[in-house]
Amino acid sequence: MTKRTLRNLQERALRAFFLFNGIIAIVALVGIFVLLLTSSFPAFREVDLFKFLSEKIWDPTAPDIPLYGILSQIVSSLMVTAVALVIAVPIGIGVAAYLSDVAHWRVREIVKPVIEVLAAIPSVVIGFLGIVLVGPFLAKISGRTHGLNALNGAVLLAVMSLPTIISISEDALSAVPSAYGEASLALGASKWQTIVRVKLPAALSGIIAAIMLGMGRAIGETMTVLMATGNARSFPTGLFDSVRTLTSNIAIELGEVPYFTTHYYALFAIGLVLFLMTFLINLLADIFLRKYQEHEL
Amino acid sequence: MSDQPKIEAKNLDFYYGAKQALKSLNIACHPRKVTAIIGPSGCGKSTFIRTLNRMNDVVAGTRVAGDILVDGSSILGPKIDVVELRKRIGMVFQKPNPFPKSIFDNIAYGLRINGMAGSREHLEEVVEKSLVEAALWDEVKDRLKDNAFALSGGQQQRLCIARALAVEPEVILFDEPCSAIDPIATAKIEDLIERLKSTYTVVIVTHNMQQAARVSDYTAFLMLGELIEFDETKKIFTAPSQKMTEDYITGRFG
Repeated sequence: MTKRTLRNLQERALRAFFLFNGIIAIVALVGIFVLLLTSSFPAFREVDLFKFLSEKIWDPTAPDIPLYGILSQIVSSLMVTAVALVIAVPIGIGVAAYLSDVAHWRVREIVKPVIEVLAAIPSVVIGFLGIVLVGPFLAKISGRTHGLNALNGAVLLAVMSLPTIISISEDALSAVPSAYGEASLALGASKWQTIVRVKLPAALSGIIAAIMLGMGRAIGETMTVLMATGNARSFPTGLFDSVRTLTSNIAIELGEVPYFTTHYYALFAIGLVLFLMTFLINLLADIFLRKYQEHEL
Repeated sequence: MSDQPKIEAKNLDFYYGAKQALKSLNIACHPRKVTAIIGPSGCGKSTFIRTLNRMNDVVAGTRVAGDILVDGSSILGPKIDVVELRKRIGMVFQKPNPFPKSIFDNIAYGLRINGMAGSREHLEEVVEKSLVEAALWDEVKDRLKDNAFALSGGQQQRLCIARALAVEPEVILFDEPCSAIDPIATAKIEDLIERLKSTYTVVIVTHNMQQAARVSDYTAFLMLGELIEFDETKKIFTAPSQKMTEDYITGRFG
């Protein structure tokens, strides 16, 4: 075999290899989506879609009439996520502004990677902290017997979404042309005014994208909320109520459910709802990011 | 009063880390006159002008020695309120740098942050007055709500001048204001500087010697951080006392 044909063969083999890998990735993703769809639909032979989304009571193993309402879980998921963002967004933007505009560059070089590493802490460890640290603290200040509730989950999710929010917001703030900051300072603006009135607005789309990504992480998180929120199936009326989110409900029940029953299919339908929610959030984040990058050009 | 310089640099040294960028400069800028700073690239002209409103404070690792007096009192040292100082000494930068906001808000910004905005009518009045003063009003009066980036480079630079004028500074520093815009826009800005000196003290850094000759009353010639010659512009451009100045203005180097 000549050198040249050998090289041709190598080229072709490599191309086939990469093509194969690419196809596997796509097939796996499409397959998951199709499985989610096909496994969800049978649930709606017995469950009314509207009732599924609007009824509060989830009791699929009730002896007489099983109930498949996921509204409590949707509200719980949204509540925990929203409160997590209320906690994480101001802190995250504050830290990002500190790192990009106030901190000495040496501090930034050390602190930023450390914060990004926080994202690597396993969620089960965070959940553990929720049980042994946050829980007892919340129980104490609220005077209840335990602190496994929506607020506990929200605090933990806030901690978990902070690395994403800080890191991407800091990138966005650092990408604001320094000329804006100089122009503002030269007009007699303080550093604080410059950050709040010039830099943050200029970095806004990037910061919104950061928040959306942090939110995507929070709403899909399972283990932490499963451990920390108490898993009561009732409709939440306040932050100190124990709640069960969409994710924890799937995690708790899917292991024990009899296969190919309505209950089984309904759990997949919950997964589909969750998928649509995170998809929507990621799509919005993507739109903001794209706008942000266009602005950069 | 007229004898006292508005701004006076005394034995001014400036360092970027270990590198000395300004060496014992003595330059006085007189009220209602235009002082031009000329010299080849890297001679320290921008560094000098940025020490006058303490803009170099934001650059890490810099150090200043000697003194700068404004109206006879020092502006260096930690006790000086830099924010207040920068309100008195406005600055226009090399590249037009309007905020990504509307034309109106660009000018209103300085007033708002300094608590000078007052009522909506007053704010509108000052915005108009500043734009008129910067010779931009006729071109933008019908589109004050448009984004400032929709303006041409020369218009953006005049907007930046209007923005600086709005907060009623006493001094305006121009750091190569025409280096990023075309000749026609440059002519407009030079006219503007000519008119501004009846009210303000103007300091202009320029790469362009003809510009210095056209607009300034005094000229300082810097080389590698040292002041080679400082005199009336007329004298610098007709009968310089230093050989190096003559070589530079006749284009033998630089």
